[in-house]
Parts: sequence; C-alpha cells; structure tokens
Amino acid sequence: MYHKEKSIQIKSSASALYNNLSVLRIAPRCLTYFTVVHANVVNMVSASWDGLNFSHRQLQSKEGNIAASSSLIMQASWCVLPSRELLVLTSQKGIQMYESDGSIMVYWHALDNPETPTAQAVFARGIAAVRENYICVGISSGSVLVFDIPSKGSNVMLSEVLEEHRDAVTDMASECSGSLEYMADLVTADDSGLLCVWKSGEDFQLLHKIPGFDVSCSSVKLWKGTVAAGYGTGQIRIYEAVTGIVHAEVNAHARWIYSLDIAPFSGLLLSGAEDSLVRVWHLTMNPDANSVEVEHLYSECITDTQICGAKFCDGDGYAFAVTGE
Amino acid sequence: MSMRTLPLLFINLGGEMLYILDQRLQAQNVPTEKTSKVMNDIICTLFSKPFMEELFKPQDMYSKRTQRAVLIRLAHSSIMRLNQASMDKLYDLMTMAFKYQVLLCPRPRDLLLVTFNHMDAIRAFVSDTPAILNQVEETYQQLIKVYTPLSDGEFQLLRQTLLMCFQDLQIRVSAFLKDKVQTCSGRFVLPLGGPVPCGSEVPGLIRYWEACRGQEVCHLFPSGGAYCGALPEGSFHMSGDRVITLGTNISVYSAAVPPSKPILALQMSIAPNLLAKEELTLLSHLLGSLENQDPDKTRTFYRVNLFTVDMEEEYGNCELSFQVLNIQAAKDQQAEEELARIVGEFTEKGEPSSSPRSKGDDLLTLMDELQ
Repeated sequence: MYHKEKSIQIKSSASALYNNLSVLRIAPRCLTYFTVVHANVVNMVSASWDGLNFSHRQLQSKEGNIAASSSLIMQASWCVLPSRELLVLTSQKGIQMYESDGSIMVYWHALDNPETPTAQAVFARGIAAVRENYICVGISSGSVLVFDIPSKGSNVMLSEVLEEHRDAVTDMASECSGSLEYMADLVTADDSGLLCVWKSGEDFQLLHKIPGFDVSCSSVKLWKGTVAAGYGTGQIRIYEAVTGIVHAEVNAHARWIYSLDIAPFSGLLLSGAEDSLVRVWHLTMNPDANSVEVEHLYSECITDTQICGAKFCDGDGYAFAVTGE
Repeated sequence: MSMRTLPLLFINLGGEMLYILDQRLQAQNVPTEKTSKVMNDIICTLFSKPFMEELFKPQDMYSKRTQRAVLIRLAHSSIMRLNQASMDKLYDLMTMAFKYQVLLCPRPRDLLLVTFNHMDAIRAFVSDTPAILNQVEETYQQLIKVYTPLSDGEFQLLRQTLLMCFQDLQIRVSAFLKDKVQTCSGRFVLPLGGPVPCGSEVPGLIRYWEACRGQEVCHLFPSGGAYCGALPEGSFHMSGDRVITLGTNISVYSAAVPPSKPILALQMSIAPNLLAKEELTLLSHLLGSLENQDPDKTRTFYRVNLFTVDMEEEYGNCELSFQVLNIQAAKDQQAEEELARIVGEFTEKGEPSSSPRSKGDDLLTLMDELQ
C-alpha cells in the first residue's frame, strides 16, 4: 500500500516527546515543511515535491529577553487559520508564535514560573488552531489558553483560560473535516486520560467530558464529530465527541502511542508508537447504524526506533512521514 | 521538564558503577577486603543523608558536565583511584547500560522497579554493615514515598527527560553487541515481541459497536510481532519480586571489553556557565559527607586500571561529522579543564597535587584541598 521513499536528514535527532512531527503542505510552491523538536531547538526542513531541494532552518526556545535559551521545547506545530499560518512552539518557559516559515517571531507569552521549583513541572504542551481565529495551547497545570489571532500582524491577545483539566495537558485537536455541521470544535486531552470537548466562540463552551480510566491520553484527533484518542496502554479509542459514546476500541500497539493523525478527505487514521510500529487504519462512518467501523490497512516497522511523530503529508493520506529515536 | 529525575538518575548510574567495579576488581584479583572497602565507601557516599536530601529536592536535571563530575567524585570517594582512560570507560559503560534500561522499560512506571533492582543489589552489598544498610533502607522509604503516587503521565515525562539526557549517545558496548542487544551502529535492538507491559493488551483486536443493532463486531489484524500477555506486576514495596530484570546485575562486565569507538559523542550542553548555583550546592553536600567519612586523614589510595592494557585505546580526537547529526566529537576544552581539576589532581602516583590552582570561592578546588 505504501512504499518507503528516501529519508530526509534533519540537523539533529528527534527528542522523545509526544506528537513530535508537524507537517505543512504549501501547494502553490510545491513544498512541504517538516518540523521536529530536539531539546531546546526546532529543526525545520522544507522539501520540494520533486525530492531534489531541501532547505534547513533551526529555531531556538526563548526565555524572556534572552534570544536563545536552554529551556526545553515540548512541541512545535503549525496552526492553519483561514487568514494565515503560524508556527507555534511550546516550552518550559512559554509559548512562541512565528510566521509559518519561522522567519519572524510574532508573539511571545511567558508562563508563570514559581520562584522556587515545585515538584510539579511547568511547561506548555498541546497546540491547536480552532475555527477562524483561535489558537489554543495547553499547560502543565491543566489550563488551556485561548489566543485570539488577528488576520495579520502581532496583536495576539489572550482571550480566555479554560480550567477543566486537573492534570497536565498532553494534546489537543480541532475539527479537521472542514465542515461546519459538527458542534464540537475542539477536543483537549490530559495525563489522566480525560477528554474535554468544546465549542469555540467568544466564550468557549464545554460540551462534554469523556472520563479517562487513569491511562494517559497522549494524542488526540477530531474528525466529523468523532474523537480518535491514543493511550499509554497502546490502545486507540474512537468516541462520539458530544456524547462520549465509545464507538470502537483497538488494541493497536504493544507500547505507548506517541502520535495520531487523520487524513480528512479519506478518513485514514495513522498511529505511531514506542513499539517501533506505525499503522494505518480506515474509519468508516455509518450514521444509519450509529457506528464507526475501523479497519486495519497497513503496518510498517521502523527498525529499532521508538516512534515519536507520525503525520500524513497530504489531506488524502497518500504519503506519511515518521520520526523517532 | 520533570523535576524528579535526579534521585533515579544517580541511584541507577551509581548502581551500574558498583556492578562494573565489583566485577572488574574481582577479575583483577584485587583482595576482597579492598574491594569491599571500595564498594562500602561509594555506597556510603551515594546514600549519605545530605546527598540524598539534595537529590530529592524538586529541580531540573543537571548539566551533563555536572552529572559526570559528581559520578567521578563518587567513584573517587573510596580508596580507589582510576586513571582518566578507566574513568572514561567506566562512565561510558554506566551510561549506556542505564540508557538501555530506560529505553527498554515496558512502562514508564517500571523505571522505579529498575531502580529497586539496583537498590536490592546495593542492599546485598552492605548487608553486613548496619550503619550503611540503614541509610539504604531510608532511601527505599523515600523512593516509595515520592514516586509511588506519581501518575503514568508523570513517569513518562520523567523518562522523556532522562532519554533527552542520553539522546545521541551510541557507544558500542561489546557485551551488548555479543548478546545482540545493540547493533553495530550503536542503536539498541527493540524486539517486536515478548510480554506486553502490565495494563496493556496484546495488539491485534479491533472491536466496534453497532449501537442500533446492539452488537459488537470483532476483527483481528496482523500485529506484525510475536507478543504475549503481560507478566504479573512487580513489587513496589521495600522488597519482593520485581519481575522486571532490567537493572539487575547482568554479569556482562566480567567479560572483556574490547575497544569501543564512540560514533557520536555526547552533545555538549549549551549553557555557558560551567556550574549553576544549585549544582554547586549538591557538590558541597558531597564534600560534607566526604569530610565526615574518614577521620583517619592518612589514607592510602589504591590505584586501579579497570581495563587491562591490551583493551586500552586512545579515544583521541575523533572529529566526526555525520550526515544526520553535525555534532563535533572533539573534546570540549572547558569541560576538560573542569574535570581535570577534580580528577587530574589525583595523578598516576595516587597523591593529590600539592598546589591547588586557585583558592577562594572555587568549590571544586576546595574539595580537592580537603582531600
């Protein structure tokens, strides 16, 4: 079903972090951008579709007025909004937003760090672009920050702080089908496995809380009103977002799942885990039976590599990229 | 990232150090009472109250330089003196062994069981010495108190922080190569089979519900591996069957360790300061425990070449540039000077140098003066 193409060398190895690969497809320029986090640095490579040209860039974490810091980056992800695309980096110290090619920093938000270190680590993790103009970011305390993004310029404002999670946020995802018919706009996940489903707006509204079973949910996607969640036990669960009804359960991997992705045009689901396997599934919505069928299509072993990032390179799922260490 | 890494880091690395030293000293026919003294002294320093209290404080990971400095100091808290080459090899073996354990740990929480495996062996080493045994027992209690309440997610964060520390470390260890646990490129082998972790299911089953018909549909898919059901959970108490074997004393270190070229050196830490304030505090605690340790100041040091002459190899100046990682393997001048001040003071003759470089606030020099 898939064949392996030539690997793209990045400047340094991928750190063991959840969802450690972000892909942005720039169709007008026949380019795909990839980002991978390595400690306090984000490696960006832009690859031409003909596979001949690669261009590298590195971004460093920031700390207050210090341009380059040793504070560790937890995640880097592109946020695609109708008016613009921003690259968001979350670290131990705060949140950085860049223009999509990483050239200019548009916004910096510092996290509140306590004077003396506490046992609870402080960091930001979990990034999603929601609807027209929001970017949401999760925090280790469980809070979710909602930023209002202008269509251009740097006048980003913190619009709201959502306080439903008690454990560190792990990942979040917005509805990716492109359709407005679904009520749920955003799902957020945390270390306890709790999933919160939201409707966006001037005030975000909590639609439903899907309880965890004390198993960390490390990666989550939202498609056609359906949540796909990957867990530390290696299971994938499919839920109906607004009701929390479990549609399906898959014993997918033998180790912790690190990354999920959905190709919105085809309903393909990609999962990557520490067991060195990446798997492709197909989700079929069956509204008459009120069910979601899950079919396994493909598995690939990346030998001796614990996968930390797996993403489709296009909306149909014709290609996918994987990182690991 | 995680603020709770240091106790696990130093107990596990210290444990590996003790395994290696025990094996190597015996292989070199060092008299038993000297070997016991070396082991006891190191364990006493590692588990000393001020040192442990400092480690258990919530804090960020230390820089690699400081970690190495502390471990070297630990090795030299006994009557044993290692030359630079032996110390380098010891450090490489210890870190690769622990990296293997962190990587292969079935669940992040099992890292605590790995730690208990090291602790169990250490307890056996000092079972005849009540004073030190007591310190070890207290540390067990601290570990249980601090770590058992952590969630799986917090343990994974801790594991990710440790993995970041060992990222790109790919030194080949002959015992690992022989057992096919490591490949020629230095990567550890990740088996596609064996028991799944506790709490996980064997991959291969898809279940979905057709709500309107009220029935469950099951499909199997090929998992691509040879997995079997989970083993029972190991004991997280003061003693008991840990089940996990990672962290137990694999007798690999008694085998010859042929020359091993590092393919990719450790990435040098980015912070320009040599040692942060917190790190100096830790060393001062170590210093404190060393002071009290031996009232008899006229210590004779026991010089040991851990690895025999024909196994020795000059690491030399390996300037490697690699396609993926453009890390210079050339030695960091600053780090060398720093380490030299701690270790280099103890020359081949086993005597501390009579003229310390600078007095005053330099903590490391202070440590050497007291020696």
